[in-house]
Amino acid sequence: MSAPTTTTQNIAEESLRSALSSSERPKRPNALSASLTFGWRAILKIKHVPEQLFDVTVFPIMFTLMFTYLFGGALAGSTGEYLQFLLPGILVQTVVFITIYTGFTLNGDIQKGVFDRFRSLPVWRPAVLVGALLADAARYTMASTIILVLGLVLGFRPEGGIVGVLLAVALVLVFAFSLSWIWTALGLVLRTPNSVMGVSMMIMFPLTFASNIFVDPQTMPSWLATAIGFNPITHLVTATRGLMDGTVTLGQMAAVFAACAILIVVFAPITMYLYRNKK
Amino acid sequence: MERDGVVNIGRGAVKKADVELAVHAEGLVRKFGENAAVDGVDLIVRRGEIYGFLGPNGAGKTTTIRMLATLLPPSSGTAEIFGHDIARDADEVRSRVSLTGQFASVDEDLTGHENLVLIARLLGHSRKESKARSAELLAAFGLSDAASRQVKKYSGGMRRRLDIAASIVVTPELLFLDEPTTGLDPRSRNQVWDIIRTLASEGTTVLLTTQYLDEADQLADRIAVIDNGKVIAEGTPGELKASVGAGALHVRLADPETRPEAERILSNSLGAPMHLESDPAALSARVSDPERVSRALAELSRSGVAVTDFALGQPSLDEVFLALTGRPADDNENNENPDGKEEEVA
Repeated sequence: MSAPTTTTQNIAEESLRSALSSSERPKRPNALSASLTFGWRAILKIKHVPEQLFDVTVFPIMFTLMFTYLFGGALAGSTGEYLQFLLPGILVQTVVFITIYTGFTLNGDIQKGVFDRFRSLPVWRPAVLVGALLADAARYTMASTIILVLGLVLGFRPEGGIVGVLLAVALVLVFAFSLSWIWTALGLVLRTPNSVMGVSMMIMFPLTFASNIFVDPQTMPSWLATAIGFNPITHLVTATRGLMDGTVTLGQMAAVFAACAILIVVFAPITMYLYRNKK
Repeated sequence: MERDGVVNIGRGAVKKADVELAVHAEGLVRKFGENAAVDGVDLIVRRGEIYGFLGPNGAGKTTTIRMLATLLPPSSGTAEIFGHDIARDADEVRSRVSLTGQFASVDEDLTGHENLVLIARLLGHSRKESKARSAELLAAFGLSDAASRQVKKYSGGMRRRLDIAASIVVTPELLFLDEPTTGLDPRSRNQVWDIIRTLASEGTTVLLTTQYLDEADQLADRIAVIDNGKVIAEGTPGELKASVGAGALHVRLADPETRPEAERILSNSLGAPMHLESDPAALSARVSDPERVSRALAELSRSGVAVTDFALGQPSLDEVFLALTGRPADDNENNENPDGKEEEVA
């Protein structure tokens, strides 16, 4: 490497000069294109670090099997019956739990210099976050597919048919996208990825367990059942079940969309404020 | 640190034809809590020049650059980049500048090629143009062979080059380089210097921060010395060195016992006060006339004081600081590490 150094460097200087002269500034990309480019980055990262898919492959299988066979008999009399009740709920629980990786990843990402570069580019500013959330949707879809296939193998039979199931998954994805803005905000506030994880878990455990995912709230003390009625996850599970069973009502859907709207309206601006003023 | 010893005075001349300002900052302040990391910085950088921002760790260099690159809003004060206000016209500013941060501002999980395509796409190039641009830049920076390797597997020098390549996917009017050579081996450092010179000669204004006077001297048309968030000196490298003395003589003695005698002899023949270093056998002095150095050393050997080692070099950052502030650069920090590999507190 040492002998021809000077010549190679001269050649490099020539090509550097031509590289510098040949670049015109193109038109700025629009918001969608910029977001999709950031989404592409996240997908590339999955390609290079496939281990990160552990949470969307192994977790869902574990949860479904564990709850069905450990608790199914006790909670619903038989595992088959319980699976029919549980599967929409476990789909919600799994996807909603995976959303916390958004904040975890963002927090780790932001510590690195590459975020400074992104923020100094003349692009639509939320694109980097929206792109990450779009790529997350791909991971959620993967987790949902695994759960549904496993459920069907174990004997889950949705009355709502394929359309009902697809709409249910779509609804869960919309909710997950909305909920993620809480984690992006947390990811920007807290100092380390691990603290983001800790705080997110602290929020997610009560939210998912104090809901109608695993049991019917009618079996609970009335004050708890009332409290659970305010949990947005409860509404999401109700609507998801409704869609899969073919019994969904407009009111159930409206409740979920209202929850999504509130989450976005509150947490997206907070996230963007934090993002703009991040040190 | 290598000392090149070549003193280049007079490169600081600003082209009179084009005196438009690339950076015009007035009274920039950035506070973190009570502590002002940047405490009233005024700065003028002319279009087309290489401007060096010289200072120790924690002096406020990075914070200033981050404000100018619109990453951090100033607590008070104003700055314009090519006439565009960093607060009001942030988007206009962003479309004219590029930033190469102190720590690799590329994505370590992606390959070099993917990184450049990503930036090109974000700047609005089509997929095809992006790929072509990436290939062109990788070739220009000698990275073609590493194009499809993940950046985390790159050496420090390669990473730095990729980082600069990412900053010129669209040639910026103003390029910020935050400590572009910190931690690089001498060969990689020279490559980066060559790149910076080429960029500047093609018309890009460069604002770089450094801890090394040597580097600022090699590259910069003008230098600002920053300390505790304030600019304490500003001028061409020649002016700066004139105010500090042309260089420094470092002498190490065979026997520490002889230091008092050596001090007396040297200060007499150099006509300058000697600085006693923490090494009990070492002493140094600022010298303005290399002629007197040879005489002083001859005088020393005539008196029978044995010298193991001597060097005549450019003043170090420490010596600049000593001359400008009367105290060493690291005085305000519990810093055991004058080479400054530590991260600057932003």
